[in-house]
Amino acid sequence: MSEQFEPVIVGFLCNWCSYRAADLAGTARIHYAPNMRPIRVMCSGRIDPQFVLKALREGADGVMIAGCHPGECHYVSGNIKALRRFILLKAMLRQFGVEEARVQLVWASASEGIILAAKVNKMTEEIRALGPLNWQETVLGGNNGYKVAQAALVPEEV
Amino acid sequence: MKKFAYFPGCSLEKLAQSYNNSSVETTRLLGVELQELEDWNCCGATTYFHVDQLLAYTLVARNLAMAEKEGLDLVAPCSACYKNAYFTNKYIKEDPDLAEHINYALEEDDLQFNGTINVHHVIEIFVNEIGVEKIKSKITNPLEGLRVAPYYGCQIVRPKHNGTDAENPHFFEELVSAMGADTVDYPERLRCCGASLIMTSRHAALNMVRTLLQSAVDCETNVIATACPLCQVNLECYQPQVNEEFGTNFNMPVLYFTQLLGLAMGLPPKKVGIGSELVSAAPIFDKYLKRTVR
Amino acid sequence: MSEEQKHPEQNERVGVYICHCGTNIANVVDVEDVAEWAGKQPNVEIAREYKFMCSSLGQDLIEEDIREKGLTRVVVSSCSPHMHEKTFRTACERGGLNPFLFEMANIREHDSWITNDKVAATQKAKALTNAAIERVVHHQPLEQLPVEINPNTLVVGGGIAGITAALELANGGHHVYLVEREPSIGGHMAQLDKTFPTLDCSACILTPKMVDAGQHPNITLLTWSEVEKVDGYIGNFTVSVRKKARYINEDHCTGCGICIEKCPFKVIDDVFEVGMGERKVVYRPFPQAVPKFPVIDKENCVYFQRGKCKACQIFCPTEPNSIDFEQEDEILSISVGNIILATGFQLFDTAKIPQYGYGRLPNVFTSLEFERMVNASGPTDGKIVLRDKQTEPKTVAIIHCVGSRDENYHKYCSKICCMYSLKFAHLVHERIPDADVYNCYIDMRTPGKGYEEFYHRLLEEGTHFIRGKVAEVTNAARIPEEKGKLIVQVEDTLIGRQRRIPVDMVLLSPAMEAQPDSKEISQLFKMGCDFDGFFTERHPKLDPVATMTEGIFIAGACQGPKDVPDSVAQGAAASARVAGLINIGTVMMEPVRASINQDDCSGCRICNNMCPYNAIIFHEDRHVSEVITALCQGCGTCVAACPSGIISGAHFTNIQLLSQIEGILWDVRPAKEKVPA
Ligand SMILES: Cc1cc2nc3c(=O)[nH]c(=O)nc-3n(C[C@H](O)[C@H](O)[C@H](O)COP(=O)(O)OP(=O)(O)OC[C@H]3O[C@@H](n4cnc5c(N)ncnc54)[C@H](O)[C@@H]3O)c2cc1C
Ligand code: SF4
Ligand code: SF4
Ligand code: SF4
Ligand code: SF4
Ligand code: FES
Repeated sequence: MSEQFEPVIVGFLCNWCSYRAADLAGTARIHYAPNMRPIRVMCSGRIDPQFVLKALREGADGVMIAGCHPGECHYVSGNIKALRRFILLKAMLRQFGVEEARVQLVWASASEGIILAAKVNKMTEEIRALGPLNWQETVLGGNNGYKVAQAALVPEEV
Repeated sequence: MKKFAYFPGCSLEKLAQSYNNSSVETTRLLGVELQELEDWNCCGATTYFHVDQLLAYTLVARNLAMAEKEGLDLVAPCSACYKNAYFTNKYIKEDPDLAEHINYALEEDDLQFNGTINVHHVIEIFVNEIGVEKIKSKITNPLEGLRVAPYYGCQIVRPKHNGTDAENPHFFEELVSAMGADTVDYPERLRCCGASLIMTSRHAALNMVRTLLQSAVDCETNVIATACPLCQVNLECYQPQVNEEFGTNFNMPVLYFTQLLGLAMGLPPKKVGIGSELVSAAPIFDKYLKRTVR
Repeated sequence: MSEEQKHPEQNERVGVYICHCGTNIANVVDVEDVAEWAGKQPNVEIAREYKFMCSSLGQDLIEEDIREKGLTRVVVSSCSPHMHEKTFRTACERGGLNPFLFEMANIREHDSWITNDKVAATQKAKALTNAAIERVVHHQPLEQLPVEINPNTLVVGGGIAGITAALELANGGHHVYLVEREPSIGGHMAQLDKTFPTLDCSACILTPKMVDAGQHPNITLLTWSEVEKVDGYIGNFTVSVRKKARYINEDHCTGCGICIEKCPFKVIDDVFEVGMGERKVVYRPFPQAVPKFPVIDKENCVYFQRGKCKACQIFCPTEPNSIDFEQEDEILSISVGNIILATGFQLFDTAKIPQYGYGRLPNVFTSLEFERMVNASGPTDGKIVLRDKQTEPKTVAIIHCVGSRDENYHKYCSKICCMYSLKFAHLVHERIPDADVYNCYIDMRTPGKGYEEFYHRLLEEGTHFIRGKVAEVTNAARIPEEKGKLIVQVEDTLIGRQRRIPVDMVLLSPAMEAQPDSKEISQLFKMGCDFDGFFTERHPKLDPVATMTEGIFIAGACQGPKDVPDSVAQGAAASARVAGLINIGTVMMEPVRASINQDDCSGCRICNNMCPYNAIIFHEDRHVSEVITALCQGCGTCVAACPSGIISGAHFTNIQLLSQIEGILWDVRPAKEKVPA
């Protein structure tokens, strides 16, 4: 087997829809890329942008944020707040030079195991094509950029 | 004028000249040009794929590559050619390994196929490109009262469609009604004519032909319309043999849909190849097309 | 109070347990390797692997280690927390540990079941386990919140499953709201003639139950009604129900039916009679309908459409008149503690398989059409006749598995069609003794008490059984005997030949499929449905009537294809579960709630309108915000929003999640000193 780059993706999955979609994908034995490592949060609205930055800084090559479809959030509208934060976060990441495909927001309802699996596959492929993120180099440009990133970590309200 | 690369295929060179002429004439009147590929080759028909698949694909790919070079989609009037071209195109697009092998061979001919074009059956040009409404507007001699059985055969629908679209298509019927004819609700319209069996299992093939003809007769059909030279030959030329083998008495005209369409659009019968058929269509035209047939 | 420790004691004693799940996990994940590796992680006191952690022996292991090794934290790497979090928390509790000092890593659904790549799966299992280890050291002991259970229950769907559930609860002294969207309860069973395998008349066994449900003092029947909105959680749901206008005043109407008799207009009944019969514009779906009040079909009523008629009103004998053209939809708000969904199934649309000719060839019928036809009170008074309504068929073919066990439509087996197809064969033999009946089946599936015996009975009655999937039904005759007949083309796999069977009538036995709106319904009630649209049970074997959402239960064919006995059993089971909860009176809720450290609150008020439940209030005097715990649902949106970072979401605190992130990236973290979180 050729040594291809296996990206590590941290997935933040909301408890009610997307985490269950991932459970369903497993129960239905749908095979997909094992590259996404899920972390359960109660709602996508709980996802603080600093979690995403933290994951990227700690070595993840990408982050998937997954919630219920708009209008279907277990807590009414947490996912809409996640969407708003995501848009601003994207703008910030762009300035850092982090490619768009590395941080993705997806919707998957509890019955959409196949869809979630397909999205993980797609994202894995996309990041595999981009190669490792290497935050130290890409964003910090070596070690002296440490403070820049620290500044970015101040949680921001949207 | 919208243009397509036209791949007539071997049958249309000789046996099915009437299909060739009527296709080219009718499409032109409807604003579509079928530009014949300059140096096309046989598509391998129904047999070559069982002899050497890779070579068979390469054979077809050569035609596709030439069409691609012109920047045109490929149109085939024969259902078997169409099926071969359709699948070759599809598989090359899906399988880089196959594409590599084929392109290696095509290099000899200074050709290359990149999979940028699509493949259509000529009937799809009428249905999808031109559209039934436009055809209706060009009908000058509606075939009123003529009972036409639209015979799809087994190969036009299958490559592209599945489910309801494949099991219960409507486009041929719509085309026939656009000509002003009565569409026969022909139950055997999708069943195979036995074309590739006639050499190997003659009796079985003739039995299949008989089934199709019998059903057409039962539905009070005046003429069967086909969209494939193989179907046409099987249904028409083998009628005497069917009659001999089964003691039947069939005398059913089998015309290409483009021939009927040409007549409905006012083309002179000769131009669409009427007169060269084995089962004469004259009696029906005497009855239904007084204005065009002397 | 700030419970967020910035510098937790890093000397917790963690016990880590890696589950094999038989071979479910161990076949793909190298569990020994994961356990050995976990044992070397900081804070880990002991790491073990075990065949079945959820078994009592597995749980004992945890309990013993807590006692003997003095564990202060526990991690189990096994299945989804939705499956067994509760099990292991309880084990911790028995061992004397606060149940929230436990964390679960999902290495089955999210790992071993999604790949065959053993190396990648093992690596991922380590990552997930490590994430749990690093998270759990920051866990805090929490107490569950007791919530009172409202003793009223909502049952949605008045088929046999819903009726059973409602009656069981009502007989136990609990109040039930039974919501049915059609004008009458009864569901599909009301349409059937006889029921297999005992062949008792469906109406005879169903009607008494319907009447009981209609008259029960503990049941509020809301027919011609639909649920529009569901708020709340177990114990306290608030549900809005739209009670559609019947244009009949239920307080005055005596159900005499004179309006129906006098209404001069008829339409085809596409619902109850599946297009086989007609009904009046003001109608009851069937004579034994419960409730007895008719409904005016506004779309077809001449008065509503053209402003003239009112015959029904003129003839209605009650005083005051019961016909009320001014009636409007009502929105009712009801409070319940639990909900049972029993919304049933629909039949696969046979027109999707055009080669079987339904809709094109008149004498091809669906199973429900046939049920209505053989029903003595149906459109043909029980006579089996062709579409012309007079000719009796002499040959009938029954095609099993139409749309079931078919890659193109539904892969699953519909479970009941073999049995009702046999029932049909029997009914044809009974009504037309000299008829030939052909049952074309793929496999004969008769698992059930008395079912196989019923099959044998049919073998003796002389039904022709053909094992083969039908290719086509056509009217294209090839030989004189086929003229004017429907020809069934089928490969008889037992004799290895193609057969063409000319028949007069073809009956299709379509798949049972989920209701077309099942996905929306599952979203409305915030529980799941599977790819086919059937509602997902909590556990396919051990918890078939509960769902992943507390307080929401399912029963009957909405959960999967089912016959009447199974639907009844589930209806009763669901009500037993609800009755249990009502008897206890309270449930313990996850203490996942937000709280604001008011000393540090800057009073920016950003969190105030984040909360979807308005659980955050602002104290103008002190200029600080506060979370009302009783209203908070724990989504954490405000936690993520607070610019000062001083809202804490219990059990999902920043430090817990940040540590989890670090832990999950153990193998790729840059090799530099740890960045302070
Ligand atoms: C042709 C045929 C023959 C059969 N023969 C037999 C037999 O002989 N023996 C046997 O045991 N079984 C038989 N069955 C199976 C039997 O019909 C089912 O097992 C049974 O009806 C399932 O009951 P249910 O209550 O789950 O669903 P249903 O009967 O489908 O009832 C569901 C009810 O919920 C209502 N509903 C749906 N959605 C909503 C909503 N959103 N809001 C409010 N109400 C809603 C519906 O209107 C309906 O009244 C047969 C089935 C068919 C199709
Ligand atoms: S179900 Fe879960 S806990 Fe039980 S044995 Fe399987 S993985 Fe382990
Ligand atoms: S006539 Fe009046 S009382 Fe009788 S059923 Fe109709 S509405 Fe009710
Ligand atoms: S008003 Fe409507 S419901 Fe009443 S009798 Fe006339 S048509 Fe029938
Ligand atoms: S956690 Fe969610 S529900 Fe609770 S107060 Fe914050 S926003 Fe409201
Ligand atoms: S609960 Fe899934 S996004 Fe809010």
